[in-house]
Amino acid sequence: MTETLYTQLVGLCTGTLLLTSALMVWRHSLLASIRLLAAQGVALAALIAVMGAEEGEAELLLVSVLILATKGVLLPWVLAHQSKATIRTIEESPRLNPTAALLTVTLLTILSYVVVSQLIGLGTSVASNAAPIGLAMILTGFLLLITRRRARSQLIGFLLLDNGIATVAFLTSGGVPLLLEFGVSLDVLLVVLILHVFTGRMRNKFGGTDVDQLRELHD
Amino acid sequence: MEFALLTPLAIPVILAVLSLTIDSAQLRRYSPVASSAAVLVSGLLLIGPALERGGATSLSDLLRADALSSYMLAVVGAVGLVSTWGGISSVAASRGRTAGSYGALLSLFLAAMSLAVLADSIGLMWAAIEATTIATAFLVGHHRSRRSLEAAWKYVILGSVGVAIALLGIVLIYAASIDTDTPTLSWLVLSQSGLGLDPALVTAGGALAVLGFATKSGLAPMHSWLPDAHSQAPAPVSGLMSGVLLSVALYAILRIQTITNAVIGPDFLRVMLSIGGLLSLLVAASLLIRQRDYKRMLAYSSIEHMGLMAIGVAIGPAALPAVLLYILAHGLIKATLFVISGRILAVEGTPVIADVKHLLARRPGMAIPWLIAMSALIGFPPFSIFFAEVGIITAGWSVGMGGVVGAALVLLLVIFAALTRLTVGMTMGSPPESEPFVADRSAHGPRLPIILALVATASMAFIAEPVGTLLLQATAVLGGTN
Repeated sequence: MTETLYTQLVGLCTGTLLLTSALMVWRHSLLASIRLLAAQGVALAALIAVMGAEEGEAELLLVSVLILATKGVLLPWVLAHQSKATIRTIEESPRLNPTAALLTVTLLTILSYVVVSQLIGLGTSVASNAAPIGLAMILTGFLLLITRRRARSQLIGFLLLDNGIATVAFLTSGGVPLLLEFGVSLDVLLVVLILHVFTGRMRNKFGGTDVDQLRELHD
Repeated sequence: MEFALLTPLAIPVILAVLSLTIDSAQLRRYSPVASSAAVLVSGLLLIGPALERGGATSLSDLLRADALSSYMLAVVGAVGLVSTWGGISSVAASRGRTAGSYGALLSLFLAAMSLAVLADSIGLMWAAIEATTIATAFLVGHHRSRRSLEAAWKYVILGSVGVAIALLGIVLIYAASIDTDTPTLSWLVLSQSGLGLDPALVTAGGALAVLGFATKSGLAPMHSWLPDAHSQAPAPVSGLMSGVLLSVALYAILRIQTITNAVIGPDFLRVMLSIGGLLSLLVAASLLIRQRDYKRMLAYSSIEHMGLMAIGVAIGPAALPAVLLYILAHGLIKATLFVISGRILAVEGTPVIADVKHLLARRPGMAIPWLIAMSALIGFPPFSIFFAEVGIITAGWSVGMGGVVGAALVLLLVIFAALTRLTVGMTMGSPPESEPFVADRSAHGPRLPIILALVATASMAFIAEPVGTLLLQATAVLGGTN
C-alpha cells in the first residue's frame, strides 16, 4: 500500500465515523439511527482492516472481521428486531433541537482536537493524527445519552460511545490484545441484549419506552 | 496451589449450569451457598502460599494471586457466604419459574468477582467487572415491578457507561506502554518503575480508569444508581453488591493507583480520590438525615463507607492495612444488615422506617442482631469498622492530610447521629397498650451466618497472626511498606 493511499483510506474511514455520529444526532427516526450505527460499524471494521493491511498483521484482520460481525451486523439487527412497519413510525423527540444539537457536536469535535493535542500531542503517525475523532465520538455518545428520551435511542448513544472507545484504542495503540477485544465485544453485546429485554418489559409495564417515566425512585 | 486459582471460577460456573438445567428446588437453593463456600475455601488456600513465601501463585500470564488478591478472594467468599446463606430462598420460592436463573446468576456474579480480583491483566479485570454488571442486571430487576425495572435500567446504563470510561482509561494506559519493549496490560509489569511509560498518557488513562471504577464503586458524584439498585434488589443481591462489588471496584482503583504511582507519583490521584471521598460523605450525610426507607438507609451508608475507604486509598500505604480491614468488616456487616432487612421487609411488608416501630419489643429475634450490626456499622468498638476508621484517620493525620480527615470526621459525626436516630426509631419503645402483641422470637431465617459474621467482625481486628501479617503483606504488594 502506498503512503498516500493509506492516508486517504484512514481519512475516509475516520471521516465516515465522524459523519455517521453527527447524522445520528441530527436524525430523529429510530430506523435511520440504527442504519447509521450499522454503517459506522462497517466503517470501523474497514479502518481496522486498512491498518492491519498496512502493518501486515493478521491479528488485526481477524479483529476487523469480529467487529464487522458484532458492530456492523449483529447489534443493529438486535436493535431493529421488530416489524419494519412499527419501527418506521418510531420518532424521537429529543430535548435539544437539531440546530443546537449539531452545533454542540461541532463544539465537542473542536474540544476533542484541543484536548488530544494538549494531552498527548497529535502524534507523527497518520493513525494517531486521527485520534481526536474517537474522542469526538465518545463525547457525541454522551450527548445522545443525555438528550434522548427513548430507551432504544439511549442504547444507540451507549453504542456510539463504545465505538468511540474502540476507535481511540485502534488509532492510538493499534488495538488492545485480541483476547480483550473479544471480551469487550461479548460484554457490549450482552449489555445491549439485557437492555433490549428491559425495553420490552418497559413497553409491557408502561405502554411505551419513554425513559422520563422512570422517576419513582428518588430522595 | 494452581488449582485454587481455577476453582473459584469453575465451581460457580458449573453450579450455575446445573441450577439452570436440573429442576431441583434443593439444588437451586443451595447452589449459590456452595459457590460462595468454594470461593472462600480457594481464597484461604491461596493465602497460605502468599504468606509463607511472600510470593504469588500464578497460572500462565492471566491469573495471579498475591497476598492482596487472595485476601480479596477470601473476602468475596466470606461476604458471599453470609449473603447467600443468610438470605437463602424458601422452598416455595425455589420452585418458582425464575428460581433457576436466580441461583445461576448469583453464582455467575461470584465467579465474575473472583475473576476480577485474580486477573493479572487490567484488561481482563475490566472485562470481569463489566461481567458483574451483566450478571446483576437481571438480579436487580428480579421482582419485575415498575420500581425494580427503573432501578435496573439506571444501574445498567450508568454502570456500563462508567465502566466504558474505565475501558478508555485502560486503552490509554496500554497506549502508553506501546513504545516500551513489551506492550502489555499486566499490572505486575506496568507497576514496575523505570519502564519508561509515557507520563501524559498514564495521567489521562489513570484518571479515566479511576473515574470509571469509582462509578462502579458508588463514589459521589457518580453514585446515583446505587441507592435505587440496592433498595430494589433482593436481599442477598444487595448484600453482595454493597458488601463486595463496591470493594472489588475499589480493588481495581488500588491496582490502577499502583501503576500511576510508579510513573507520575501519588499526588495526582490523591487529590481526585480525596474529593470523591469527601463528596460521598457529604451526599451520605445530607441524605441520611431525612431518610425514610431502611434499605436506602443502608445504601447511603455504603456510599459513606466507600467514601471513607477512598480517602484511605488517597492517604496511601500508611492507611492501606486499615482500608483492607475495612473492606472485610464493612462487607460482613453490610451483608448481615441487608439479609436482616430482607427478613424485616418480608415480615413487616413495608420498607418505610416510620411504619416499622417498636421492633425490639415486637420482634426481638430480628431486632437484636439488627441492633448489634447497626452499632458495628456506626463504628462502635470492638467491631473492626471502629479500628479501621481510627486507622485511616490517624494515618491521614500523620501524612499531613489533617484537613481532609478533619472534614471527614465532622461528616462522620453527622452520619453517626442520623443513623442512630433512624435505628432508635425502628427498634426502641413499646407499642401502645391498646395494641396487644405477642413477642416474635423467631429469626425468620438461618441464625448461624449472622452470628458468624458478627463474631468475625468483632474479633478480626485483634488477630495479629495471620490477619495482621496478611494485611501488611497485601500493602507491600501495592508498593508501600508502611
